[in-house]
Amino acid sequence: MSDQVSVMTGNEAAANAARLARVQVIAAYPITPQSPVVEQLAAWVESGELPAEFVAVESEHSAMTVCIGASTVGARTFTATSSNGLAYMTEQVWWAPGARLPIVMCVVNRAMAAPWNVLNDQQDSMSVRDAGWVQLFCRDNQEILDTTVQAYRIAERLHVPVMVCYDGFLLSHTMMPVAVPTPEQIDAFLPPFTEPFTVVDPGDPHNIGPVVMAEPRADETGATRGGYMEIRALHHRALLDALAIIPETDAEYASAVGRSWGGLTWEHLLDAAEVVLVAAGSLGTQLTVTAEQLRSEGIKAGVLGIRAYRPFPVEALRDKLAGRRLALVFDKALSYGYEGPICSDLRGAMLGSDGAPAVFGAVCGLGGRDVSPEDLAEAARRALTDLDAGARTRETDWINLHLEG
Amino acid sequence: MHARMSARGSGSQMSEISMSRPAVGEAGRTGDWRNNRPVIDAAKCLAVKQGKVTCQICWVYCPDGCIAQGVGPVIDLTYCKGCGICAEECPAGAIEMQPESLHGVCAVDETGEAAR
Repeated sequence: MSDQVSVMTGNEAAANAARLARVQVIAAYPITPQSPVVEQLAAWVESGELPAEFVAVESEHSAMTVCIGASTVGARTFTATSSNGLAYMTEQVWWAPGARLPIVMCVVNRAMAAPWNVLNDQQDSMSVRDAGWVQLFCRDNQEILDTTVQAYRIAERLHVPVMVCYDGFLLSHTMMPVAVPTPEQIDAFLPPFTEPFTVVDPGDPHNIGPVVMAEPRADETGATRGGYMEIRALHHRALLDALAIIPETDAEYASAVGRSWGGLTWEHLLDAAEVVLVAAGSLGTQLTVTAEQLRSEGIKAGVLGIRAYRPFPVEALRDKLAGRRLALVFDKALSYGYEGPICSDLRGAMLGSDGAPAVFGAVCGLGGRDVSPEDLAEAARRALTDLDAGARTRETDWINLHLEG
Repeated sequence: MHARMSARGSGSQMSEISMSRPAVGEAGRTGDWRNNRPVIDAAKCLAVKQGKVTCQICWVYCPDGCIAQGVGPVIDLTYCKGCGICAEECPAGAIEMQPESLHGVCAVDETGEAAR
């Protein structure tokens, strides 16, 4: 029995992935554009098709808290949110990775209020990039399904939660053909989670998550226990380990299911490219059209897509960008008072590496502002003009901004 | 000592999460935190006066399990944080919270004056 191709939204693809992963506990609070993910899962739980516990909660903070409790006792858990829901969840968003719980959460990327706006940008997940989750960005609905399944394997190998980020409406509510793997294929790829760090045993009771002091000290048996910094250093090390685990998992998935998504990064027309267009998510898919247009004009353009934003794939990016003239980074988010987050990170990664290109930044699509492949091509032409004029650094280019009214 | 962060195979024996077995002192020598020390006046303590294990309300209320039942009860100052709940709850007013500076543990009292 092989994959069955259905036409479905990104949200349905995410729900299918959670079902195939045989999640045991789902807790979520509805928010546009995430709601259909958990509505679908709730329907499957109600019909008996998905033998999971669906916990209806009164907030995103509680949704993550339920996932934390369930994951602490070893259950496979799922939640999803967007925008202000993710912000409301933030305290527990930090708890989950610090407690090393392999929770998987879909973040259906939506602009942050104020002002209210339900449409897409990537500010929400960027705002919690430092919390210690693995963050993976998807470029289409098939990748949403495949990445969400992979996320469980990554999370459970590393004991680190994984955010699967995909663009609101552009993917979440857009229908595309999606091949749905069989349960047998996924069961072979994703074994049950059997080795939580937490000990939950009435015969051997433990305090889970007690206060930890600054310095290491002996526990009740005399063994040295880490202080806060040791626990955080091991957490950081697990994120660095993800740089190997993410591509390994993608390769295992390719063997089991027949599709690969490139691990940490992906690329299009990168051969001999002088100007490399960089983005995460569905913007990368648009940039493939842009690069093809620029190539037809004689501009050697290519695309380097960020699939793993955390951990940030420094070595992979250095390797792919060495010897290029320009990396032009398109961010759908902004660190106010500075620049786009991917742009800053990429420039830092390039600093001091051999053959590093100039790194220019552009901001686009905030609050769902439309951006076309031609808009992106025009931004690339502007950047090349600046580069040819001798610029090695430049102010952020705001695409399709109309301040003059 | 510098610990260089490297990927994979670190071989650290440190625990990845905060977790412990319930045991005396599993949160450390919390008596170090104490500013004020509970001192039982045996002349007022109901258990002492009656010569048997009675009252023991301080033992009931101690949130850190630092008080052992007895005639009178015994407070473990290695772990007592000095919260003062025992003194507040004692029906006989037999427990006084005294500044640590009086006991030579803390060299400076709350006014910043050196005690000795």
